[in-house]
Amino acid sequence: MLRPYGRPMAALSVSFSLNGSPVTVDVDPSARLLDTLRYQLGLTGTKEGCGEGECGACTVYLDGLPVNSCLIPTYQVRGQRVATVESLDPGALEPFERCGATQCGACTPGVVMTAWWIREHPELLGTHSIRELMAGNLCRCTGYDGIVDSVAEALRETGSGRRET
Amino acid sequence: MNVMLPGSLSEALDTLASDGAAIPIAGGTDLLVHWPVHVEAHERTYVDLSRLDPLKPLGWTADELMLGGLTTYWDVIRDERAREELPLLVDAARQVGAIQIQARGTWAGNIVNASPAADGVPVLMAYDAVVVLESRRGREEVPLDRFYSGYKQMKRRPDQLVVGIRVPRRRYSYQVFEKVGARRAQAIAKVGLAITRSGAGWRVVAASVAPTIRRCPAVERLLETGTPIASPEALLPAIAQDVAPIDDIRSSAQYRTRVMARVLYHDLRDFWGKPG
Amino acid sequence: MKRREALAKLTGRERYVDDLPLQDFLWGMTVRSPAPRGRVTAIRFGEDVDWSQFVVVDHRDVPGPNVVALIEQDQPVLAAGYVRHVHEPVLLLAHPSREAVRRAVRSVEVVVAPEPPALDFRITPTPEWIQYGTDNVLKRLQIVKGDVERALAQAPVVVSGTYETGAQEHVYLETQGMIAYLEGDVLVVKGSMQCPYYVLKALQHALARDGPLVRVIQTPTGGGFGGKEEFPSHIALHAALLALKGGRPVKLIYDRGEDMAATTKRHPALVRHRTGLTRDGRLLAQDIEVVIDGGAYVTLSPVVLSRAIIHAAGPYACDHVRITGRAMFTNAVPFGAFRGFGAPQSQFAGERHMDVIARTLGIDPIELRRINLLRDGQTTATGQVIRDGTDRLVVMEQALELSRYREKQRQHAAFNATHATLRRGSGLATFYHGAGFTGGGEVALQSRLRVAGRPDGRVEVLSANIEMGQGTLTVFTELAATRLGLAPEDVTIAEADTARVPNSGPTVASRTTMIVGALVERAADDLRRRVGLDDSARGAAVKEAIQRWHREHPGEGEPLFGEAAYEKPPDIAWDDKTYRGDAYGAFAWAAYVAEVEVDLRTCATRVIDFVAVQEVGKVLNPALAKGQVQGGVVQGIGWALMEECKWRDGAMANNQLTNYLIPTSDDVPSVRVAFLENPYPHGAGGAKGLGELPIDGPAPAILNAVARATGADPRAIPLTPERLMELLDGPASVGAQHAAPLR
Repeated sequence: MLRPYGRPMAALSVSFSLNGSPVTVDVDPSARLLDTLRYQLGLTGTKEGCGEGECGACTVYLDGLPVNSCLIPTYQVRGQRVATVESLDPGALEPFERCGATQCGACTPGVVMTAWWIREHPELLGTHSIRELMAGNLCRCTGYDGIVDSVAEALRETGSGRRET
Repeated sequence: MNVMLPGSLSEALDTLASDGAAIPIAGGTDLLVHWPVHVEAHERTYVDLSRLDPLKPLGWTADELMLGGLTTYWDVIRDERAREELPLLVDAARQVGAIQIQARGTWAGNIVNASPAADGVPVLMAYDAVVVLESRRGREEVPLDRFYSGYKQMKRRPDQLVVGIRVPRRRYSYQVFEKVGARRAQAIAKVGLAITRSGAGWRVVAASVAPTIRRCPAVERLLETGTPIASPEALLPAIAQDVAPIDDIRSSAQYRTRVMARVLYHDLRDFWGKPG
Repeated sequence: MKRREALAKLTGRERYVDDLPLQDFLWGMTVRSPAPRGRVTAIRFGEDVDWSQFVVVDHRDVPGPNVVALIEQDQPVLAAGYVRHVHEPVLLLAHPSREAVRRAVRSVEVVVAPEPPALDFRITPTPEWIQYGTDNVLKRLQIVKGDVERALAQAPVVVSGTYETGAQEHVYLETQGMIAYLEGDVLVVKGSMQCPYYVLKALQHALARDGPLVRVIQTPTGGGFGGKEEFPSHIALHAALLALKGGRPVKLIYDRGEDMAATTKRHPALVRHRTGLTRDGRLLAQDIEVVIDGGAYVTLSPVVLSRAIIHAAGPYACDHVRITGRAMFTNAVPFGAFRGFGAPQSQFAGERHMDVIARTLGIDPIELRRINLLRDGQTTATGQVIRDGTDRLVVMEQALELSRYREKQRQHAAFNATHATLRRGSGLATFYHGAGFTGGGEVALQSRLRVAGRPDGRVEVLSANIEMGQGTLTVFTELAATRLGLAPEDVTIAEADTARVPNSGPTVASRTTMIVGALVERAADDLRRRVGLDDSARGAAVKEAIQRWHREHPGEGEPLFGEAAYEKPPDIAWDDKTYRGDAYGAFAWAAYVAEVEVDLRTCATRVIDFVAVQEVGKVLNPALAKGQVQGGVVQGIGWALMEECKWRDGAMANNQLTNYLIPTSDDVPSVRVAFLENPYPHGAGGAKGLGELPIDGPAPAILNAVARATGADPRAIPLTPERLMELLDGPASVGAQHAAPLR
């Protein structure tokens, strides 16, 4: 029979807003937001690709900005707004479906989160290119054209974008 | 693991004063890398700075930009005045990872992480930034170019917190930040160079070519004295005085030296041999 | 048709292996060898861990033969007292807490009495390094056409060159992982994989379990590129052993560091060319030697070598060809399948060599290719007569036009003459890729596939070929729907569950659409016949007939399905002993042009434009096909310029995405893709294989461009800035000093 291992750690109670609803979780102080979302709250849309903040597969919004949830201790989001890919409106993702933004899908939730943030902030394109803004999301399948085209198309549909590939 | 969650700067300073081994954590972009397998890091005590709201904003006064202890790269990227007056801060911030890192990573964290390959530190140093430290024992200010004493060694006591970074407002007649990495985005610098010229003189700051980020006084002297330089090779003696690059997993000492010489030579071609 | 599962992936609803709900399970982890070679003298369990809480498995727990069944039976499931490479699995641990098992792995010390490792495949092994046969050669192969020695002796010009390619890590974004549990007496293993039946066979063999007592289910697979061809069998066995011993479900997921360190990579290769030509550039003789690093076990190296040598001579006509190949044993972590499977290595060498020849002879690289590209009726190195009606000159010409190659040459000359530090150039590669298993491989596979008719009139494709991003689900849906005149919504694709789907072969070798897709069509035809319709029946008639069949056979156990088995096209013949004949049913043909800009200050190369033109038979789904090419090209750009494995004792030292860099969106240009169509009669809907082709061309095109831009003569990839600087400026040492490590 297996018993719990190691010395018990004091659990922290952390309350925050998740996809618009309040949640409270008891977590180990060493828990990462990524693991809390995936294994404790069952929101497995957020993926782990590297655990070192390189690939962006774990991208979520923290108070509205895209961040790597693998680099955030869960206790740091207390009282803040966290949004995951599960919060997005599937109906609005049609350009991403059409333009080939996804192939294997492992990077995709992170890609979509960053892409959606660009879509919501077209003013960023005054200073940044889509390719620069997407550089924190590694994709090994598409070669990025499908992703960049999707963002441009989504921006065009919201009427705020510039054509860019 | 133990985490302290201070609600104010004074609480945070109390904690640091009472536990000399406690580690302040801000954006977590350095400390949390490969976190699950760094099990020894889970044994330590952390002081979470994320709720010290007064440390977050950056502020402009008549003669300086004050970055807060928690000001992020993204805060600076979105600041229009920074873009106009201190553009190297924006250039460097845009090359720190991508948005996900820029949104979390802080300038103060970049300074105290003390990586010789840091992106934020070279431009701050080239702008003569001053590190503002605070502890129970009071406030202390250390010019950034005198902050590091060796590899990962710095003039911050464990009870001190970086609460701000003062960047003087000056008129710059020349400024450039060059980051040479293995790819355009999200790469750790193989060579970093921040170069400025103002009424205070030339500043040449190099990253990834020495145990710490440092100014290059020999190269600065060549510029101040207007020494004619006819080729990148002519810079090698000064470079050898200023830095000590090594071979590591990312590049070679030879490559780093040559690149530094070439970038300096070409970028400053209009200035070599023209004093003052 | 849009990608079938796109919305599930875009919304994060798609569940990969680590996303599946699992109750009361253990986390598994692997204890690995710290040394490249030697006897295991002790395994020490640290006293800081209460080991009674852990499931511990070693080689003595393997019920059957301790081998992972593949081509040779040489690789143990768990090392039995002797290790042949760093990271070789020695011990397995499982515990309910992931953190606990991570700590426990660090508390185990595997003590190895070291023996001298063979670590460089390029040099002849000395006696103390010999560990395989008498010379460490895992496999030797040869292709002979004509009399190459005589032709070389008589050739007016002979041009020689040596080329090298480095290992490449797959970096599929979903790391490898498996879960294993018992369902009654049946062992169920689920996970990320390309070849469910490979995993099944390996489990049955090493666990000595009868067929029905093992069931393998593929979960949505987050990228494979070959990395999930043979390797998942290891993880499946490890998870299964832990689950069987622990009596609870086990989840074994590699993190990125373990995945990069311990799993396979693309075989490093060394290729030597000796080429005889007329002075105006006609090929008279090609003498080619291909050596690949196999690593510490045979794995798939013999077949990688086979594909490498078959593609080594390039898509050119030459009467006298000799290609010899060797796969070498070393004490490196074994190399394995990676998109292209040997062909990218040998064609990098061949296409770079073409430009070296052109420079040596002083002729235009385009002209050199124009003279020598295969015309219909001419033969490849294996004597395969090419007569598919594709004009390979047109493929090349279209790439030149789309890239405005000639106009750019003039612009580059002007630019390079005036710019202080930047140099631009364009480079071309013309190449080919054979689809499907080599030679008689497809016959040996005996692939079978079913299309079932459901009571509601819809159909279900039952195949072992999986979706890993390349579009199997969508293409199979389209093929079945088109064949039967149904709407895509009337077609479902069964989960790749070995308890349900027949063995339609592995999802590799660009074979899924062309070969297995054709089985979808034929099984659909068979289904239609079984419900009493002829091949012209479509749409509602088919649906109604299926519904009628079910009404007329109520409650019968026998389900309704059509079946198809692979049949070799009558016009292809291959002799595996002499390596003569039709190596592949069809080749796809391509011409790629890269335009680069080199910064002479840093010697960094940027690809600023890329044009990919190919003839792949019929393009079934233009959007998916374009995405495959773009993704393959960018993977090729990475392999050419930045992806470099740094080795320590035969293992990857830079096993982090911070230190092994793949291209980001900001590093690559938009990849411009064009297809020429020439339907292949034996491929599904006229299609030829496409998945691997695009990784063959970028590296040589890019290096040819760098050579043009800078005058350098690069012969090895990755062409990092450090390497290019040495080529341009020599290796003189300046100011090197050793101090504290960076970062």
